[in-house]
Amino acid sequence: MYAQMVKSESTDESAEAIAFQARIDAGEKIEPKDWMPAGYRKTLIRQMGQHAHSEIVGQLPEGNWITRAPTLERKAILLAKVQDEAGHGLYLYCGAETLGVTRDELTEMLLDGRMKYSSIFNYPTLTWADMGAVGWLVDGAAIMNQVPLQRTSYGPYARAMVRICKEESFHQRQGYDIMMKMANGTPAQKKMAQDALNRLWFPSLMMFGPSDAESTHSEQSMKWKIKMNTNDELRQKFVDQTVPQAEYLGLTVPDKTLKWNDEKGGYDFAEPNWDEFFEVLKGNGPCNTERLAARNKAWDDGKWVRDGMMAHAEKRKIRKVAAE
Amino acid sequence: MSSPNSAYPETPATQTKAKRQEWPLWEVFIRGQHGMSHRHVGSLHAPDEEMAIKNARDVYTRRNEGVSIWVVEARHIAASSPSEKGPLYEPSESKVYRHPTFFDIPDEVGAM
Repeated sequence: MYAQMVKSESTDESAEAIAFQARIDAGEKIEPKDWMPAGYRKTLIRQMGQHAHSEIVGQLPEGNWITRAPTLERKAILLAKVQDEAGHGLYLYCGAETLGVTRDELTEMLLDGRMKYSSIFNYPTLTWADMGAVGWLVDGAAIMNQVPLQRTSYGPYARAMVRICKEESFHQRQGYDIMMKMANGTPAQKKMAQDALNRLWFPSLMMFGPSDAESTHSEQSMKWKIKMNTNDELRQKFVDQTVPQAEYLGLTVPDKTLKWNDEKGGYDFAEPNWDEFFEVLKGNGPCNTERLAARNKAWDDGKWVRDGMMAHAEKRKIRKVAAE
Repeated sequence: MSSPNSAYPETPATQTKAKRQEWPLWEVFIRGQHGMSHRHVGSLHAPDEEMAIKNARDVYTRRNEGVSIWVVEARHIAASSPSEKGPLYEPSESKVYRHPTFFDIPDEVGAM
């Protein structure tokens, strides 16, 4: 997901930890100043940070097409969508900051590679059809994970997710709208739409993370209600929802093994290539270097603005005091 | 910087001297269109109050969520502590007579 393979810390057996778990089991929300196990705090910082970084880095593949959108309207819509992603990152950063980490620390950990962002944003967006496929598939996969997270145990995280979910559905629908236009367009446009689906299908399935059997961190996080569903549950749900949408477009999901399974009431489908997933996480995806370089450049180039505005604010404050 | 009764836990940056000057944190309150009071929506960083309002407009009102913005620097907020929960709120639990439903009024009396 936007937070993949988040390493979960273990809890302890103190009386406080037991009482804390009882609060979570009773459906209570944990708030910033409440007692919480160090592991809960640490895992949440990692997860919310990774989630925020994904929103921020996720602007890059789409920003790639703003200047080349086919119409002024498409351009305005894409701009609004990319601006939303910045907003989502900011909601999540400010949520993470309530746990006792600063914004600059989080940013630095992204920039020097100590913290990750979702594997999906290390894939390139080669054609305009990718803007459709990203909205439809990537935001669609994100929604699968984010809707249940509105009920997560940490109050500021849950509240950020409520805001994000309200906006996310616009993202998915604008993507599907692009896909509909292209799938019903000229043969060349339909081919572009199919090509985008071919390239982004498996990377989208990877967003949910490896199979639960191999996901060692799930159990504690689920107990703490900072992870609400297993990776496999969400992936299944995503496939079941998306396949009929592809059929409606007249496009073919690039999986020859894909087949409806009456018994389980869902599709059987092929696993993505997990070796590729781990390579991308390690930094060897097609765009890892480019994405991190872009974020580092933005941070470095913006330094004079951050410093200048702070200096200006301080100068004004001193003048104001002097005038009083 | 942060006092023991601030809204958030201490951060390493507030405990030790911050490595770099980070823009201060502002809490944002928005009043919607329908006569409700300002409501806390989140926080953001900005160098001063003017930029905080401008940023709040971009971050928190992209879809007509509000017609008025308040910002206040987070360090100026004093917060009650979770450990005071008992002394602060328990007394009201035993005062059920503060609720109108405590009193049985006969139906014949009409709406009250």
